[in-house]
Amino acid sequence: MKDHAHLATEFNKDEPRVDWHDKTLWFIREKRDKAAGGVPEWEWLRDTASAIKENVLSNLSEYLLQFEDHATQNGVVVHWAADAKEHNEIVYGLLKKHGVDKMVKSKSMLTEECHLNEFLGEQGIEVVDTDLGERVVQLAGEPPSHIVLPCIHKKKEEIGEIFHEHLGTPAGNADPQFLTHAARLHLREKFITRRVALTGVNFAVAETGEFVVCTNEGNADMGAHLADVHIACMGIEKLIPLRQHLGVFLRLLTRSATGQPITTYSSHFKQPRPGQEMHIVLVDNGRSAHLGRKDFRNSLKCIRCAACFNTCPVYRRSGGHSYHTAVAGPIGSILSPNLDMKKYSDLPFASTLCGSCSNVCPVKIDIHEQLYKWRQVIVQDGNAPVSKTMAMKTMSWVLSNPSVYHTAGKAGRWFMLRAPFTVNNGLNPWYKQRDMPEVPKESFGEWYKRNRK
Amino acid sequence: MSSREKILGTVKTNQPEGRTLPSVAPPMGGEVTDPAKQFVEVLEAIGGRAYIVSGWGRIATIIKEEYTQQHRIVSGCKELAGIAEVKDRYEDPHTLENVDLAILEAHFGVAENGACWITEDRMIERALPFIAQHLALVIHKKDVVPHMHAAYDRIGRAAYGFGTFIAGPSKTADIEQSLVLGAHGPCSMTVFLIDEELSDAGFY
Repeated sequence: MKDHAHLATEFNKDEPRVDWHDKTLWFIREKRDKAAGGVPEWEWLRDTASAIKENVLSNLSEYLLQFEDHATQNGVVVHWAADAKEHNEIVYGLLKKHGVDKMVKSKSMLTEECHLNEFLGEQGIEVVDTDLGERVVQLAGEPPSHIVLPCIHKKKEEIGEIFHEHLGTPAGNADPQFLTHAARLHLREKFITRRVALTGVNFAVAETGEFVVCTNEGNADMGAHLADVHIACMGIEKLIPLRQHLGVFLRLLTRSATGQPITTYSSHFKQPRPGQEMHIVLVDNGRSAHLGRKDFRNSLKCIRCAACFNTCPVYRRSGGHSYHTAVAGPIGSILSPNLDMKKYSDLPFASTLCGSCSNVCPVKIDIHEQLYKWRQVIVQDGNAPVSKTMAMKTMSWVLSNPSVYHTAGKAGRWFMLRAPFTVNNGLNPWYKQRDMPEVPKESFGEWYKRNRK
Repeated sequence: MSSREKILGTVKTNQPEGRTLPSVAPPMGGEVTDPAKQFVEVLEAIGGRAYIVSGWGRIATIIKEEYTQQHRIVSGCKELAGIAEVKDRYEDPHTLENVDLAILEAHFGVAENGACWITEDRMIERALPFIAQHLALVIHKKDVVPHMHAAYDRIGRAAYGFGTFIAGPSKTADIEQSLVLGAHGPCSMTVFLIDEELSDAGFY
């Protein structure tokens, strides 16, 4: 499998596109800054949100029981899934029970993490993603490249082509207004005819048993309110203790994500409507184990705003697909190794450790520090690539032997001066995208010795 | 062992020492002097429209003047029975598919984000505020709270099966960050703020 560096190299072949991707995301980061700056108590909000989430993690078992109890009293059926497989089977079981082979789904990164669409596809179930960006990538046969803006890597002309092929829009029409309207008509038919709707969950309240789903498009509501069966899937870390805590999180979420003061819809689902069935699937899939990792557990505070994506110099220039995981970007790079350390051992290295992610995080996760700590765990556990381990071992040997160090330095300078082609070539990874430094006449050691005389 | 027991057991073993909950009372400072004014400004900035009106009669007049192309107008407000279809309930939410305009009374507005809070008892059908091509909400001008903390103070422990904050028309910017109003839900969203102290004189 290709790692982040290789996938990023492919993305970087088209330089104007990388520049465009970089600027588009930075524009969103700037909107976030403006929105955050407009709230004088912004830092208080971040501190409070972080403290609430820390309380949640320290009492999670209690809050889960409270939530289950209240949701059940509200007439909602609560399911527990230990892993992705069990989650997928629960959803499939509900569809089978109702004899349904078509379903609408609004955005849920959890179902991406569990590869629900592929699984249901194999069982002959057609899933239609109803978030516009998700529908675009679904028709293109790709995963989302960003958790808030799923098709941020696509140019409007490409979307026009996809719609021309699948929805029959005129060839060459790439007008966002026109394409959005075409999708509105196409998806309205799905909303009207589907009997089962699946949504994600942004927040679930232990005190009341209700859950909140935030969208701008209204697709979660269109699906849920017209369907006979509403299935809501959530990771167990989405709980918050009290309804009033929503005030804190709803103020932070969209300002951090897109710079809007709030999403168009913040819908609170508490009971099924008369005649409707409502199900909640509580999914663990590695989260309870992650809770036991002292250095890494607080990444479970994440509210999926993607502010860390938009600010990250590596994400902006390498694209979401280079992370080969459902949740990309800095937060994905610290969450994914918990799921599969070997498969995602490259991700904590896909960072400059500049710390910008931690600075914009609305719940104050120490993202860049965790990236650094993951690197150590990965190397200690023998999951680092051999080339990197060898290079580090060699480096450590050179640096701990003064005579070897001096000889190597001299040799290096000799080669760079007299035979630059031996270092200025594609075999030297440092030479890619960089010029080698000018060769000094002497080393600092030599200079020091001469001047001390 | 069931997955439920397994998950709860692992969580209990792995969760850290108890941390206390912080207060969510916002710090003092930056109080809004005119919440209704801020509400209107923010709502317009996010693609909505607002009218400050003297009462239901004025709302009916504006709707007749502004929504000339909207043939099926459904409302949950008995005051608008003269211009809209006003029913207690519909057997099937799918029959609302061709609603051009829905007019509903919300509980209150939020100044900082232009949102209105509405619960299902005021929606006729949960689907209505989403499926209608256009949406109008009615609140009283005095019922605008400054921020979301005050909003949840006001909601308190209210019982509802479904409730939602609606802030402006349905929208998307998924195609190259170009903002398009009217994604799946209403293409426009208007809020009427009733000001009981306002006189109709000079408004026509």
